[in-house]
Parts: sequence; C-alpha cells; structure tokens
Amino acid sequence: MFSFIIRRLLVAVPTILALITVSFVLMHAAPGGPFTNERNVPEAVMENIEAKYNLDKPLWQQYFIYVGNVAQGDLGPSFRYKDFTVNELIESSFPRSAYIGAWSFLFVVVFGVGLGVLAALKQNRWPDYTVMTAAMTGVVFPNFVMAPLLVLLFAVTLRWLPAGGWEGGQVEFIVMPIIAMATSYIAQVARITRSSMIETLRSPFIRTARAKGIPRHKIVLRHALKPALIPVVSYLGPAFVGIITGSVIIDQVFSTGGIGQHFVNGAINRDYSLILGITILVGVLTILFNAVVDILYTWLDPRVRY
Amino acid sequence: MAMLEVNNLKVDFDTPDGTLQAVRGLSYSLEAGQTLGIVGESGAGKSQGVFALMGLLPDNARVSGEVIFEGEPLLNLPEKQLNRIRAARIGMIFQDPMTSLNPFMKVSDQLTEVLVQHKGISRKQALQESLQMLDAVRIPEARNRIHRYPHEFSGGMRQRVMIAMSLLCRPQLLIADEPTTALDVTVQAQVMGLLRELQQEFNTAIILITHDLGVVAGSCDQILVMYGGQMMEYAATRDLFRDPTHPYTKGLMGAIPRIDEQIDELVTIPGNPPNLMNLPPGCPFCDRCPNAEPRCYHELDPPEHFEQGRIRVCNVPREAIR
Repeated sequence: MFSFIIRRLLVAVPTILALITVSFVLMHAAPGGPFTNERNVPEAVMENIEAKYNLDKPLWQQYFIYVGNVAQGDLGPSFRYKDFTVNELIESSFPRSAYIGAWSFLFVVVFGVGLGVLAALKQNRWPDYTVMTAAMTGVVFPNFVMAPLLVLLFAVTLRWLPAGGWEGGQVEFIVMPIIAMATSYIAQVARITRSSMIETLRSPFIRTARAKGIPRHKIVLRHALKPALIPVVSYLGPAFVGIITGSVIIDQVFSTGGIGQHFVNGAINRDYSLILGITILVGVLTILFNAVVDILYTWLDPRVRY
Repeated sequence: MAMLEVNNLKVDFDTPDGTLQAVRGLSYSLEAGQTLGIVGESGAGKSQGVFALMGLLPDNARVSGEVIFEGEPLLNLPEKQLNRIRAARIGMIFQDPMTSLNPFMKVSDQLTEVLVQHKGISRKQALQESLQMLDAVRIPEARNRIHRYPHEFSGGMRQRVMIAMSLLCRPQLLIADEPTTALDVTVQAQVMGLLRELQQEFNTAIILITHDLGVVAGSCDQILVMYGGQMMEYAATRDLFRDPTHPYTKGLMGAIPRIDEQIDELVTIPGNPPNLMNLPPGCPFCDRCPNAEPRCYHELDPPEHFEQGRIRVCNVPREAIR
C-alpha cells in the first residue's frame, strides 16, 4: 500500500506537467490576449504592461518561467484582477466552494445511497417508482434552472432565506447553494446505487446468505452493501472534485464568491495565469481523489491488491 | 412417517414470454440419514425443485403442492419462519463455491454469523465452533486460514468451507446442489468422501443433485431420475443400475463411456431436452425416446409402482423397453 502511494505521487508529477503544457499551448494558440480589449493605450504603455507580465518574451521562455514559478508554489499575478495574485484569488474563493461542496457531498452520499438502496429493495413497487421518478427529474433538471427557482420560492415568495451572499458561510446563506449543488448528484448516485444493489442482490452469494437464514436487513447491510458500493465510489471520486470546486451558476445566482466564477471569467478575460492556476488545482484534486478511490477499492473488495 | 415428504410439487415461472414450467408434479420422500440422488440433464428442474423447498426461488416463481418436513408444512412459509429452518434444520451447499461464498467477507464472518443467528451464542464461541468444523472438513491450519477471504482458498477447500458452513448447526437434512460439478475429478472424490463421512457422523439426510451418474452411484441410497420437470424413474441405487426400466434411464446409462472398451464415438441420446415454455401434452421424453408409441405424444400413464418401492413413469411396459 505504501509503495502504491509513492508510485502514485511519482506518476502525478509528469501528469501535472503534461496538463500544464497542453493548457498553456492551447491558451496561447487561441486568438486574442489579456489586454486586447484595453482601448486607447499608447504603444509604450502597452509594451510596459507586456514586459511586466513577460508577454514580450518568446513563448518557450514564458513557459519555462511559469513552470519554474509553479514549482515554487507561485501561480503568478492575475492578468485581470491586477491587485491580486492567482494564489490569493484561489485562497479567498476555493474555501467557500469547498465548504459548500463538502456539505453537498455529505448529502449526496447519505441521500443518494440511501434512496438508491430503498428503491432497490422495493423494486417495481411505489417507493421505487417514486425515487426513480424524482431522480430522473433531478438528472434532467439543470442547476441553472434549479437555482433561480429556489431563489424565487424561498427568497422572493416565502422570504425564508436571503437571496444571496456569503456572510461567513452562515446556515441561511448556504442552504440554497447546497440544494442546487447536490440535487442532480443525489439523483445520479441514487440511480447508480439502485441498479448496482439490484445486481448484487441477484448474486449467488446472496442466495447462500438467504439459505443460511440470515434476515433480510442483515443480508443487505453485511453482504450486499459493500459490493454494491463499488460503482458508486467510482462515480463519487471524480464527482467529489466537481462538487468542491464549485459551479459558476451557483456563484452567479447566489453571489457566494466561490471559485466557480473564476473558471468562466478567467477564460473570457484571457486571464492566462488564473486559467492555468485553476486548471492545476482541478488537475491535482482529480489525481488525488482518483488515488483515494483506488485506495477505497482495496477496502471494499479484498481481491484488489496493489 | 418420513422425515421429508414432497407431494405433487410444481414450480412455474412467470416470464414476459409466458409461463415456464420448471417442475411439474414431483413427489418423493426421504428418511432420516438416507441419501437421495436427483439426476437429470440441465433444465430438468432438479435445482428449482429443491430451491422451492427452501424458499430460495426468485419473485416470479409460483410454487404449489405440499412439502412436509418433520411433520410441518414447509411451502410458502413467511420469510421469518423459513429463516428459523434454513441452515438450522436444512443446510444447503451450492454448485460453485467461488461465487456462492461471499468474496467480500472473511470466511470467519461468514461461518460465525450462522451460529450467532441460530444459536444466539457469542461471536467468540461461534469462532471456536467454526474452527472445530473447519477441522472436521480437514482444512489444514484452519486457525490461520479462518480469517482470510474465500479467494485465498483453493477450489476444493472453498467447497469444504461451504460444507462446514452448511453443517454448523447440525441440520437434519442437507441439500447439495451439484456440489462437485465445479471441482477437479480428484477433488470431487475427496469432497464426496468427506460428505459421506460427515453424514454418518451427524446422521444427516442428504438430497444430492447432480448430472453425474458416477457420483450418485457411489453415494446414494435412492435415485430419482428427472426429465422435463417430471419424475421418470425412482429406485434404490443398486436396482436402478442393475435393471433400469425407463428408456431415459437406459439412455443415460448407455451414454457412460466404459474405460475398458475401445470406441470411436461417444454414445449420446439424440435430440434436445424439451422447451419448458411449450411442453408436449404427453411424455416430455417422447421426441427422443426409442420406444415411443403414437399415444406417448399426447398422454402419459400415472406412475407405476412395482417390486419394492420402485416407481416408473412410462407408457411402454417394462418388458418391451429396448
């Protein structure tokens, strides 16, 4: 296990480097630059700005300067938010998204797995139909529809919750973002759990457990849950990264100030360092949680060894 | 009264394409400590017939008839009451121990849960008893092995674990569904030997389901030959092998190759088993039977009892069977 983790870390370095390289090349290949929108800037001033951000140097030099800085943990200054470095932008926004995301993830696991197991056990009866209809609705309901509807209902009509803001992450401010974030994931997890549980309950070893006179609830918890969770965990690993890195919809609708807005704004503004910084963050988290999933497999399935 | 009485057992499956008749009126009985072999080809209804006794059939199965086990009716009991009989009084062994043991659970947990469930003893005590049972089925170094997972055992050892598991509560009846089919021939012999030994030690009755006549010959007191969900012939093992009276039994025996004869081609029964969705109104074997008469295609005489306790289901008289 220990050597597995070491190996994973060693592989992660070239993977991240490849990610940076591809993103860097693609970004610079796109037409336009961070300052093409600035109007009426004298030639000399433009040259000064470009020099400040190393844009006057050849591309390969820019690349090596950037990679060198990243190696020291410096993601560089933002091209757009001129008083901030990318590190500062991430430090201020990522914890908010991660906070909302962590709560969302908790609900996704509890309700997604819970409802999926319920539906599987009551297969083709009304609890199953109810859960699956709700899940299908949740899957097809995009969060850019969900979020404004939540605001309309809870903030405008009922006046129970504030329409947006952060305020240190107080409960009333994060309820709607969490619901908007978690709903479609809960639906997806419930569907995966249901089909996986139904499949598992048809296994010969479940028939053996029944032949042993083990009551149904113990069969489900002791014999079926672990194998049934394997596909769920495969889905949840990458999904976790998506959940904690937030969503631009949620940041826009609820003004939560999370990292999701930077994805889109960075791209629109050609904010080279911000785009790369966020790409690296998501890349590192993806690699990390894929490794976590692999480690969870060894706990779920004793036949898996690294 | 016999320990187990099965009367007119029927198993139907409702499928989207219609009703599948897996077992059609099966009757037999079994005395304590005896071994009954049920033989037949795949799809003859052997396994479904015994799964029905234990309530192990899927939801789309319909079971009718009567099963009396030690004086109590067994069919269609509520799950809760069945769970008090399963493993405690009727043990079960399945075909493939690789998939029948839970690959996600330690062998120790799979064994002890039976004892904790049925005897209400502590886990620690249950572990002791499980170890003794693993010793009884001759798992070497059971003390070290018990905390491992099934995939860390060899095929033969897994089936011995399965046997140990089924005998933990000393059931009066053991149902073994093709217990040796997934094993090597040499391991087969070991496992059958072990079963016989444990049967004598615990005085357990066994229903042995197999398609291997060699296995039944060596281990069964009575044999029930099934075809198309019905009994074809029932006899004491020696009588059946000495003097088979049903064309299907004869066909099966004829298909056993002899080691001391030089042959060019293996003997088979021509044709295929009937479609269980659409069974002929008469004898299910009529299409493949060398003795078939025209009336075999639309009617079948009731079981004929003859000699001592022998039964055959065939329209053609015994003397006329070729």
